[in-house]
Amino acid sequence: MPQTAEIRSSSLRMVMLSVPAGLLAAVMVGLAVEPAGLKEPVGREVDRPAVVRAFTGATLIPVSGPPVADGVMVVRDGRIESIGPRAEVVVPQGAEVVDCTGKVIIPGLICTHSHIGAPSGGDASAPMQPEARVLDAIDIRDPSVARARAGGVTTVNIMPGSGHLISGQTLYLKLRSGRTVEELAIRNDDGTLAGGLKMANGTNSLREAPFPGTRGKSAALVRQEFLKARDYQRKKAAAAAGDPATGPDRQLAMETLVEVLEGRRVVHHHTHRADDILTVLRLKEEFGFKVVLHHVSDAWQVADEIAAAGVGCSIINLDAPGGKLETRDLDWKNGAELERRGVVTAVHTDDPITDSRWMLRSAALSVRGGMSREKALESVTLAGARLLGLEARTGSLEPGKEADMVILSGDPLSIYTRVLETWVEGRLVFDVSRPADRLAAEGGPGAGQARWGGTCCFSR
Amino acid sequence: MKTGLLLIFFLVSPAMAQLAVKARVVYPMTGDLAPLSDAVILCGPDGKIQQIGLAAGIPIPAGWPVVEAAVVVPGLIDARSTVGLSGVLNWERRDQEQLETSAPVQPELRAVDGYNGRDPLVAWLRELGVTTVHTGHAPGALVSGQTMVIKTNRASVVDANDLLAPVAGISVTLGSDGFAKNDKSAPGTRAKSVALLRAELIKAQEYLTKLQIADPSKHPDRDLHLEALASTLRREVPLIITADRHHDIAAALRLQKEFGFRLVLDSAAEAGLMLDEIKASQAAVIVHPTMARAVGERENLKFTTAADLLAAGIPFAFQSGHEDYVPKTRVVLFEAAMAAAHGLPPGQALAACTIRAAEILGLQQKIGSLEPGKDADLALYDGDPLETTTHCVGTIIDGRQVSRERR
Repeated sequence: MPQTAEIRSSSLRMVMLSVPAGLLAAVMVGLAVEPAGLKEPVGREVDRPAVVRAFTGATLIPVSGPPVADGVMVVRDGRIESIGPRAEVVVPQGAEVVDCTGKVIIPGLICTHSHIGAPSGGDASAPMQPEARVLDAIDIRDPSVARARAGGVTTVNIMPGSGHLISGQTLYLKLRSGRTVEELAIRNDDGTLAGGLKMANGTNSLREAPFPGTRGKSAALVRQEFLKARDYQRKKAAAAAGDPATGPDRQLAMETLVEVLEGRRVVHHHTHRADDILTVLRLKEEFGFKVVLHHVSDAWQVADEIAAAGVGCSIINLDAPGGKLETRDLDWKNGAELERRGVVTAVHTDDPITDSRWMLRSAALSVRGGMSREKALESVTLAGARLLGLEARTGSLEPGKEADMVILSGDPLSIYTRVLETWVEGRLVFDVSRPADRLAAEGGPGAGQARWGGTCCFSR
Repeated sequence: MKTGLLLIFFLVSPAMAQLAVKARVVYPMTGDLAPLSDAVILCGPDGKIQQIGLAAGIPIPAGWPVVEAAVVVPGLIDARSTVGLSGVLNWERRDQEQLETSAPVQPELRAVDGYNGRDPLVAWLRELGVTTVHTGHAPGALVSGQTMVIKTNRASVVDANDLLAPVAGISVTLGSDGFAKNDKSAPGTRAKSVALLRAELIKAQEYLTKLQIADPSKHPDRDLHLEALASTLRREVPLIITADRHHDIAAALRLQKEFGFRLVLDSAAEAGLMLDEIKASQAAVIVHPTMARAVGERENLKFTTAADLLAAGIPFAFQSGHEDYVPKTRVVLFEAAMAAAHGLPPGQALAACTIRAAEILGLQQKIGSLEPGKDADLALYDGDPLETTTHCVGTIIDGRQVSRERR
């Protein structure tokens, strides 16, 4: 078996040298950034989170503020302690110094819409199954999880699919190196697992009965279900105020929808066509839930309405429009149009639709469509954190935040840039110089690790 | 829409029969692939390149329209696609013509009979700088049908002049992707697939033998199916064999040895395990899209495969391939860029979707590089074409500007 080919880092530098630098490189806000360090071995004690580390010499892009050339970031106990120019940040006594000269450090990527870990939600028995938890289906050992770390992803919203009006509960994970899904799960302040509710409209959830066959029926079914949840909520409240024995029996589906009605669970709503987007806004208006619009192919057509509704968008960029009628008009300018109107906008992978390893490239496609470089980088970091309600702990490089970050070889939005290391809460979870991580990053024999069941020794 | 109107205008306009293109960087894709700085390309009234060289040495004739761009490369060539057959809407029996599953072996299916040059995906590729596509029947059946080569400005195919190659290859799929769909008909295993294919090729051999009988009255009746297979045995048309697993690649090489057809390997996710054998076979590889999903037969694909093929001296080109869902077409420019991010020198990445693709398709005398006498097919960019944030700012086919979109 041949060895994985060496990354030819020299070739990364010979990119169209003859083209004027101003035309090409236009590196993040004008900082000259050279790809570097692809082959350096890493000799760090990566499993000692309590150690204090100082990452020095890199261009730091905090996202929450302007980039810092030749910066220093100090990480203690998994959190960022200080960040700034070398002259202003004191490296604490005894800190392990990690020389990142020539590299670029950005916040860990946040994918607001992912299907890594081979998740599933509801089955074919009904169009609305809010009781189904993606928690109970995620395989954190699926190769897609390691690949996401290789792409610089540190936080994901794992969703069930879009074939239902309500397909189940989503789960927010940090891609820590854990052995169980609970070890990766993000917890709310009350200790419950953080996540949202996946909903969808448009053609994906139009199926044979008992599923709806039209958009009108789809909306009617959803409205009726939320009205039932309101009744359930009222009866619970009445019972709590009076005789607890008179309350309704526990219903998992209703409990979940009540969380949505009370603003404790965000609706992540798959929607493409302009009129379907407006339908979501109408439901939000009627029931007052918090919602993030997902995919939003026609966002550019109803951007004013989206902005007026005050909702955020989690958009996708694909290499071509189409694949179904309602995504015919998908356009790379969605990010730019939403940015112009001040809409909080994340770019997601929808992995496996786009492999998590191409997440930064997805943001670059929004730049191709007119979005600013700053907002594009924010769209895969801080904006995602906001849409998941996690902005107090991750999404930017700021003192006090969890040390989720990606060390890159160069400009985050350049195709030639490689993810060198991914860190979650101060621990190294991906290092391209380790063979197993390299396999996750580049593929090759053994990368597939087919884990799905098969019937040995039979052919159909 | 504005775009549509403009395109119609440019497609039918006879006015732009000659054109000068100025650029700060031009990649002629000749010799050592070195670029020219501050260059001019004169596109003559016959749609051919008249002259190319440094701007200082080429005066632009008075009255010629001038188009300027930062970077110009030869019009991109998609070495394997299904656009035109596999339409943007992904609507079964309406715009999905790339795969017929009624029988496992149907080499008689012509690409031209399923091609719609007005599908929006053809325009999409054209507006990103793709001027030529090798398109046709998709992988997915043991023998799915024929492929062809056409420029992306040919909205309708009326006669052979509209095509660069009416039959560019016959598509074969080995491995489970070529197994029969949704029924119990064969093949359902690898061994059965190869046995079926061998039996068909032997029938074609016998058909050819009978055609050599001196007395024409004893010739067999014309048979489109066997004629198509016989054309590969005569080495007139290559078999394009999609094989991803190393043992499927080995099976393709075994078949080539037995029947002597010209072999083009397609996809070849595990080519890295078979470099010596592929090199010895002299087959070219139309490598899977770099960003193809690493699942199923391609679960072990490697982003460095193109770089590995280059190092091994095996000719290769990039393809958009076929997608059942989204993105409904990929773009060779982007696949080449991702390979360039994984060890393939950028110049070689561009070569693999221009001159190398032309060579594999046997069209290098006509397209693929910028040289006097060749078709004036050009792609214009506002920066490094391989950077995601760069825009294609114009496309020229046969000396006429067919796109002015900033895409």
